[in-house]
Parts: sequence; structure tokens; C-alpha cells
Amino acid sequence: MRRWRQLLKRLPVHLVVITLAAIWLTPSLGLLVSSFRPRQDLLASGWWTALGRPFATQWTLANYRQVLLREGMGRAFLNSFIITVPTTLITLGIAALAAYALAWMNFRGRQLLLMTVIGLIVIPLQMTLIPVLRMFNALKLSGTFPGVWLAHTGYGLPLMIYLLRNFFGALPRELFESAFIDGASPFTAFLRLVLPLSVPVLASAAIFQFLWVWNDLLVSLVYLGGFARVAPLTVQLSNLVGSRGQDWHLLTAAAFVSMIVPMIVFFSLQRYFVRGILAGALKG
Amino acid sequence: MNMGRVHWLYLAPALLMLGLFLIYPTAETVRLSFYGPRSDVFVGFQNYVQAFTSQPMLIAFRNNLLWLVVFTLFTVGMGLLLAVLLDRVRYETVIKSVIFLPMAISYVAAGVIWRFVYTFRPAVAPQIGLLNAIVVALGGNPIGWLIERPWVNNLALIAVGVWVWTGFCMVILSAAYKGIPKEMLEAARIDGANEWQVFLHVTIPFLKSTLAVVTTTMIVFVLKVFDIVYVMTNGAYDTDVIANRMYNEMFYFYNYGLASAIAVILFLAIIPFLVINVRRFRAQEAVR
Amino acid sequence: MVKRLAVGLLLVGLVAGLAQGAVTIMVLWSGAELEAFQKVTAAFQAKTGITVRVESVGRELPGILATRLAAGNPPDLAAMPNPGQMAEFVARGALIPVGGIVDLTQFPKAFVDLATVDGKVYGIFISADLKSLVWYNPDALYAEGLAPAHTWNELLYITETLAARGKTPWAVGLESGAASGWPGTDWIEDIMLRTAGPELYDKWVNHEIPWTHPAVKRAFELFGAIVRNEAYVYGGTTGALSINFGDSPAVLWDKPAGAYLHRQATFIKSFIAGAHPELDLDRDVAFFVFPPIDPKWGTPLLGAGDLISAFRDTLEVRSFLQYLASPEAQGIWCGALGKLATNVNVDPGIYPDKLTAEAAEILKGAEIFRFDASDLMPAAVGSGAFWKGVLDYVSGVPLDRVLADIEAAARAAYGP
Repeated sequence: MRRWRQLLKRLPVHLVVITLAAIWLTPSLGLLVSSFRPRQDLLASGWWTALGRPFATQWTLANYRQVLLREGMGRAFLNSFIITVPTTLITLGIAALAAYALAWMNFRGRQLLLMTVIGLIVIPLQMTLIPVLRMFNALKLSGTFPGVWLAHTGYGLPLMIYLLRNFFGALPRELFESAFIDGASPFTAFLRLVLPLSVPVLASAAIFQFLWVWNDLLVSLVYLGGFARVAPLTVQLSNLVGSRGQDWHLLTAAAFVSMIVPMIVFFSLQRYFVRGILAGALKG
Repeated sequence: MNMGRVHWLYLAPALLMLGLFLIYPTAETVRLSFYGPRSDVFVGFQNYVQAFTSQPMLIAFRNNLLWLVVFTLFTVGMGLLLAVLLDRVRYETVIKSVIFLPMAISYVAAGVIWRFVYTFRPAVAPQIGLLNAIVVALGGNPIGWLIERPWVNNLALIAVGVWVWTGFCMVILSAAYKGIPKEMLEAARIDGANEWQVFLHVTIPFLKSTLAVVTTTMIVFVLKVFDIVYVMTNGAYDTDVIANRMYNEMFYFYNYGLASAIAVILFLAIIPFLVINVRRFRAQEAVR
Repeated sequence: MVKRLAVGLLLVGLVAGLAQGAVTIMVLWSGAELEAFQKVTAAFQAKTGITVRVESVGRELPGILATRLAAGNPPDLAAMPNPGQMAEFVARGALIPVGGIVDLTQFPKAFVDLATVDGKVYGIFISADLKSLVWYNPDALYAEGLAPAHTWNELLYITETLAARGKTPWAVGLESGAASGWPGTDWIEDIMLRTAGPELYDKWVNHEIPWTHPAVKRAFELFGAIVRNEAYVYGGTTGALSINFGDSPAVLWDKPAGAYLHRQATFIKSFIAGAHPELDLDRDVAFFVFPPIDPKWGTPLLGAGDLISAFRDTLEVRSFLQYLASPEAQGIWCGALGKLATNVNVDPGIYPDKLTAEAAEILKGAEIFRFDASDLMPAAVGSGAFWKGVLDYVSGVPLDRVLADIEAAARAAYGP
């Protein structure tokens, strides 16, 4: 009886959450269903009608076959990892160090520096392409992976510093004071206190930096070039569709293929989103 | 903490990267904004005059304002709602993944997805767009969602933006919400506060700084938003936004002067929000 | 025999040894077009030993190419988005003249002129598309007791007759993502050629007459008389504006037919085949030439083409340009894609189907040929204000305001 009342009380929460999730899922579901339908069907009837008559519908794996069996897909996956993984690690490392200094060290010009960093989030990266490429040409970095790592790091840093600075800044002062009394150096405090306590925000920052770099097309095209040898997944997939948009239906399957990895990253970092990390540390 | 010059060691890598990839190019952008399309003739403030007076730009300013209000409100609001509510259900991970999913989709694919939602077909033909199928099933006439100006089409585009970015707000706000010590919430409940009061008096104050960060980030993205508009309408039917004008001027019309001026305007537009942020940081540091 | 083979191999080896180099080319092609182009480069490589590195950057080519150029590392060659942007690169001093490299007598004069800036030729057209075509489904049209139109009045007669019978005469699709509006500019250009003549058309392209000129206005109005009429177009104006150009012709082959006529270039064939794989293209799909309007100007043809220019003058680049211009390369390229060859020595036997061969024949016989005007104008007009203007006009904005808006953009783009 009491359990029922409890359930009834919680019903609105379930209702809101599930409704929102259903609304969010519907467009993607449409894409998923469409990715298993032949092109002529996409134009002839709505995707939901296929769900209504699952046996009359001409389901097909042809879209996926065309995407996955395309020449150079393996190489493209590999290239995407070569670009994305180091970039994410470098960005987070540099951003965490800077955010720590901005949050917990006193020095002149700190607020101005912080303001500049946040202001830089708004810089459209398109405006940086020519000067940066010119620099890369002089340094022989254009067409190389390190060049792309550095560029993505530069573009991702402001937002990452901002996110981390906010979280680091919210840590309680007593934490540091007791650590310093115990004789810890600032760097030890950073490694032993700040990083472990910031795992949830580091995880979310990592997810976003990872997926933005993973989904990038423009930066790769400009600094690496569109050659098959270095092209990441996004470049390969955009080459699927003819220049007049022929075969756009292949994008349905391509979208899911390129989405798999960011979703795996999201799932695997989920376990760091847990309550109580901070609470535990405070007690100890 | 005051410890001499050691802070520069922590900041040096970031400053080097920011300097090379953002600050130096920005200085170059400011310079080019005073030059003609091919960056060879000095034109003074002419690009700025054009940016503030031409009809397409004025429409873009208006639309960015609409985006600013509607997009920010919905992404942050729904992100917060989800962060708080999902903490109470056992299937949190599943729902979170569903809301996060659109973030993992490239904008080209997002264009295809929303094609299946907004597509128009005449009343005589079977509808292949979801929204018009619903409208027709309810006895209405199909609507050109991306055509009808000024409200329907702009809101239709903003809806796509909300769909993509709510996941970002949710993830960040949820990470912060998980930082609220359980004891704090329990204590308030034991004191007899109902859920709404707990939300107002415990959750909101605790999340204030993260909310500010997420809101600022969304405002910045509104100023930069262009990919959704670019793939779906490219600004036709009065749906243009500032960043899309910049992209077109730079990448298709080769007018580097005007594109640079628009970029500088974007940078100036963010300054009020920076000031608010820094004030808030000062306040935070004063009390911790 | 063996000896000759050995000598031949030796020669090939020698040539390959001499030309160890490589060329890079940036292209906007993807999908089937990219595959076809790679067949061309493979054949070139087999022949000369020169490696061709193809860089496909898709639709973003204008921006990426300009960025590379400004930063100082352009590719050796690139496919130009259109002649207007080629002229822009010439103005920046970036391209090399090809006159002394390629034998230009292999091409019709019209295509050489289109790549000429200030008396020098800066690019070669490796293929063309014919735009002045009206597609129809013969079974459906004949079932209505109607036949292809040879004059404007006949076209209007078909339109009105079908509408009077409660049927929709035209399928129009102006949606094309970021490039929406371009199919409408093709309509207006075709009409402009037929009502104002090629000389005024050229003046319009060069902005020597304003957009508010009565001739331009009339072309818009004739276009509007069909496309702005809710009863003449599949889905009315909202349909014309929202249906993707590639999807739009599909209804001609629906049962019953959703529409009867569709004005579009040769490349639409692959979209029709994609939407209706059951069709026999040679039997079920047909076109007639967009009919003349003012008899004085006859039946001029509108077209577009794929243009290649070079940023560096090396032996390898020269050799590759010569190859691209050759009937052999064009045979591979056009044969695979159903594009029309520009080299007059190409054997018509290469075309994959009857329709393409017919289009090639029509193009060859052109008395007056003009290139797609929007591709010749500065991008801010030709790929900007003109596209938007067409969409505004069809969506109900008064014509005078539309033309004034385009004129304002043109004044800024063409300069004083």
C-alpha cells in the first residue's frame, strides 16, 4: 500500500522524464528506421509507416553495406582515433593546469586573463584558418597529425578552461589549507586533491572535447587536407554523397556509423557521474 | 595562495596555445576588418557601416536576439530539469544517453534527421515528414515549416538547436548536481521542506555558478551558431544569423573585410557577459 | 612481337623514370563523381608514371581553396567552383594561363571563351551539362492527349489544359540545402536568353544593366506566371520551395502522375533513376528542349561545365592538363557519369544511354550557347542574392522589392 502511494507520488517525475525522452528520441528513431529502408521508399512513405507494417516493408542493409564496405573506411576510423585521442588528452591536461592557476593562485591580471579566456570562446575558428595555416606552412606542420592536434587543442582550450575553472573554484578552501599544513606542494595538491575530486567534470569535459573533434570536418580539411591517407571518418563519409546531394539517403547509415564511438565514450564515462566524491573527501 | 611566479608555469602551455591559435589570428582579424574584400585596400570603418546597415544583417541581428532568448531559456531550463529529475529515477543512464545522443550527431546528419521531421508534401500525397503527418492526421493542411516567416521557420530552426544542445546543459548540470552532498539534501527534507523548497533553497544556490557557466556557454554558442541554419535554409526566408553571414562572406563571397568586421562584432557582443562572469567569480572567491 | 613489346616496356619505363613526379588536385567531387575521376587519374598514372593525389573537399571547396591559397600552399590544380570564381583567382594572380599548354582547338569556341580573362585562357572544361531541358514521362503526357512543346505557347497550352483538368502540370523543386534557390535561377536564365537575347544576357551577367531593368523583370514575371501559380505547380508555391530539387521530378513517374513536366539539366537523370529504379530510362524517360519564346532569339541553350585550372606550372601539371583535355580522359569521365564531353573529337559511342547521347547531339548543334549566368556572377550575387531573391519572389515578396535587394547586393559585389 505504502509502496503504491510512493509510486503514485513519483508518477509525475516518471511521466515528465519519459515524455521528454520520447520527444528527443523520435527524430533519431526516424533516422534509424530510415537507414534500413531503400531510397525509393524514403520518398514514397513516412518512416513511421514502416514500423506499422514491419513485414510488408522492404528492410535492407544496403545503406550500411555501402557505407561500411567503402574503400578506406578502416583507415578513416584509425585516422579519426589518431586525431581525437591525443587532442582530448592534451587539451584536458593543459586546461586543467591553467584552470588550477586561475582558480587558486593570486597574481595580478588574473581576472583580466580569465575574461580573455572566456571571450576567446566566441572567436569563430573560420577566422583563424588563414593565419594558422600560414604558420603551419612555415613550421612544416601542415598536412601532419601533430599540427591538427595543436590546432584542435587551441580551439578547445577556452571552453575547457572555463568549465574546469568554475568547478575547481567551487572546491572548499579548508581542503587546501589542511593539505598545505601537511606540507603538500601546490602541484601535489593539484594531483592528489583537485584532479580526483573533479572526476565528474573532467569526464564531461573529455566527452565533449572528444566528440567535437571526432565530428570535425573543416579543421581536418584545411590543415590535413582531403587526401585519403590522412582523412578522418567525417571526410570519408561526406565523400559518400555526390556533390549535388545524390544518394543523401546513405547519410542515414553514415550518421549511425560515425555516432557509435562518441556514444561508447559517453557510456564508459557515465560511471564517473556519481554522487558523493566530494562528500567523501571532505570527511576524510 | 600566493607563491611567487610559479603560476606562470601552470599557465604557460595554455597561454602559448591560446596566443598562437586564437589571440594572434584575432588581432589579424581586427586588422583585416578595416580592409577591403581582398585585404589590399584600407577602407576605414566601411565594413562596419555595411555590417550595421545592410538589410540582411539587420534581419540576422533580430534573429540572433530571438535565438538568444528562446534557445538559451530552453536548453538551460530543460538541462536543469533533467539533471534534477534524472537523479531520482533508476533508468537515469538510459534517458541521459537519449538526450545526449543528438550531441554525437554531426550537423550534416542532423540536417537529414530534421528533414524527416519538417518535410513538406502536398495534401494529396502521403506525408513523409513527421510534423506534417500529425497536422494532416488532425485534419489540417501541411505547413512549410522552414518557409513560413518570421515565427514558424525561425522557431523550427531553434528547435533543432535545442534538441542538439540540451544534452550539453544536462551533462554539465548533472555533474554539478551530483556534487551536492547527499546530507545537505536529506537535512533539508528532514527539516520539513518539500521538494520544491529543496530545489529553490538548496539546489539552485548550490548550482548557481554552474548555471551561470552553462548559460554563458549557451549565449556564446548562440552568437556563433550557424551550422544548423547553414544546412537547413542558409538564411533564406529571413532566417539568417550573424555567424552564417560571416561564414558566407568569408567562404563563398571572399569578402574577408566584411567577414572580419562581423567576427569583431561578435567578439564585442560578448563583452557584457564577460563582465558579469568575472563579477560572479570575484563574489565566489570572496565567500569560499 | 616480343621484341616490340620489350622495347615498348622499356620506353614506358623510361618515361616513368623521367617523370617520377606527382601532382595534387583539389576537387569538389564526391560519390560516383569522385570514383569516375579516380578512374581518369589511374589511367593517366598508368600511362605516364606520374602520381596524381586527389584531394576531395566537397562543397566547402571555395572556402578551403581560398584559404590554402591565401596561406601559400594551394594544390597544383583544382576544379573551379565556377568561371566566376576562376576569374576571382585570376584577379589575385594565382592561376597560370593554359593557352600554351593545351591544344585549345579541340574545344568549341564558347567553352574557350568562358575560361578567358583579359585575352588569356586560364582553365579547361572537361565536361558540360545541358540545362535547357524539359523532362517528361511519355506515357503520362501522351495519355492526356498532349505532346512535347515546340513553342512557348504550346508549353503554356499544355500547362493550362492540364490545370483545367484538375491536374498539376509542373514539378518544381527549389530546395537544395545551403544552395536552395539555384534551380529557379536556371529557369530565369533560360527565359532571359529567349526574351532578351544573348547580348543583353551578357550585359546582365556583367552588371552592365541593373537588376531592375525591364528585361530582367520580364524574365522573373514569366517564371512567376508558372511557378507562382498555385494550380500549376506540384504542392503549390510551398511545395516548390520546400521540395528538394533532386526529389521533385519523381512524381512524374508516380501512378497516377503527380505532375507532367520538369525543367532541369541533364544530371537530373540519375536522381530519377534513383527514385524509380524500375524505369527503363531509354523508354520511360524523355525530354524536349525548353522552347523559344521570342522568335527573334530562336532556341539558345543554357549549360554549365566542370572547369579545371592550375596554380603551378610544372612538367607534371602540363602533362596532366593535356591528358584531361584529351578525348581519352573525357571518354572515361563522361562515359561513367553521363556528362557531356567538351572535346569535339570524343566518340559519341561513349555515352552510357540514349538520353545522354541525344543531349550531347543537341549541345553540339547549338546556335547560341550561354553559360549559367549565376555561375559567372560574383558569388555574393550568383550564389547569394540571386538564389535568395528567387526564393523570396516565389514565397510572395513583391518583385520590385526582390529586384531592388539583388541590385543592392550587386552594387556592393561588382564594385564601382
